[in-house]
Amino acid sequence: MKTENNKGWFFVLPVLILVAFNALIPMMTVVNYSVQETFGDNVFFWQGLDWFEQILRSDRFHAALGRQFLFTFLILIIEIPLGIAIALAMPRKGFWVPVCLVTMALPMLIPWNVVGAMWNIFTLPDIGLLGYFFNHVLGIEYNMTQSPLAAWMTIVTMDVWHWTSLVVLLAYAGLVSIPDAYYQAAKIDGASNWSVFRYIQLPKMKNVLTIAILLRFMDSFNIYTEPFVLTGGGPGNSTTLLSIDLVKIALGQFDLGPAAAMSLIYFAITLLVSWLFYTLMTKDDLN
Amino acid sequence: MLSWMAWTWPTALVFIGIFSAIGVLTFLEIRQPGGDERKGVLGLTTTRGDRLFIALLGTSYIFLAWLGLVGQPVWWPLFISIGWGVFCFWKV
Repeated sequence: MKTENNKGWFFVLPVLILVAFNALIPMMTVVNYSVQETFGDNVFFWQGLDWFEQILRSDRFHAALGRQFLFTFLILIIEIPLGIAIALAMPRKGFWVPVCLVTMALPMLIPWNVVGAMWNIFTLPDIGLLGYFFNHVLGIEYNMTQSPLAAWMTIVTMDVWHWTSLVVLLAYAGLVSIPDAYYQAAKIDGASNWSVFRYIQLPKMKNVLTIAILLRFMDSFNIYTEPFVLTGGGPGNSTTLLSIDLVKIALGQFDLGPAAAMSLIYFAITLLVSWLFYTLMTKDDLN
Repeated sequence: MLSWMAWTWPTALVFIGIFSAIGVLTFLEIRQPGGDERKGVLGLTTTRGDRLFIALLGTSYIFLAWLGLVGQPVWWPLFISIGWGVFCFWKV
């Protein structure tokens, strides 16, 4: 048997301890909460799997889950093609490269709650720039505190504004790493722009796009701050996404047991989708 | 010190089970490095760790599906999960 030097693993130890404290131990606590009932004061009563049954059968959970999938689907289907298109349009060399990159990175530097507050003010019907323009210049009624459609359009637009840059930057990084020889070969063969995109650029961007889609899926599936600040889940429950509903149950109603069960189901969904996606995207590389 | 974590015996046993499984895999990996990589019936290339992950993830979904569609008690999903675990380490 070949002996290997495994001392490198000790360097991972600090990260392991950090993750244990900020993820693993809280996670285990959530598992413990999910099978118990508490009325505070650190007194717990055994409840078994009742909360899981209750959450899995509740219409409220189904509705929030449906909204969550719709939101994630919408932003992925907009942000990924848009991000690729912008990355393709960006210059590869010269003065405009840093200008484009910095401009692209700007939205991502803004804290999430500030993004929510900005869009809230931006879309106010009477004083917000966008809201005023729609209502008083174009004459289209647009009020996200009253119309669910307007609220949805606003949160989706806000997310596109905030996070398309991430896709752009990742796709751009993939694009600039393609050697010129590929383009020259394509030119000699007389390949069309579409063929160049389909057979050179897209395959070369596959890895970064996998990461981009995964990050955008996980982030959008767990999104809380921006829609919370912008709409607070309203009007009615129309923009109450999973995390907003979860916080309402956990902190608003102080139902820690059901909230814990719900967060575990939430976690299982995120984990499965991320795993499936990653496995399917990297399957061909491994074999 | 750990009272805030609200431990119960069943949840503790679940975690003891998971951590011992990881421990066993670590031991096996030291004895036979390489992770026993193979291509299984699902068309995936898996190591021992992957198979444990798939077994555990599948188990959680078997239990959740049973609780949502049928309800308690959960003896049946337990047996199905054990079967699924055996299948994962055998074929996947």
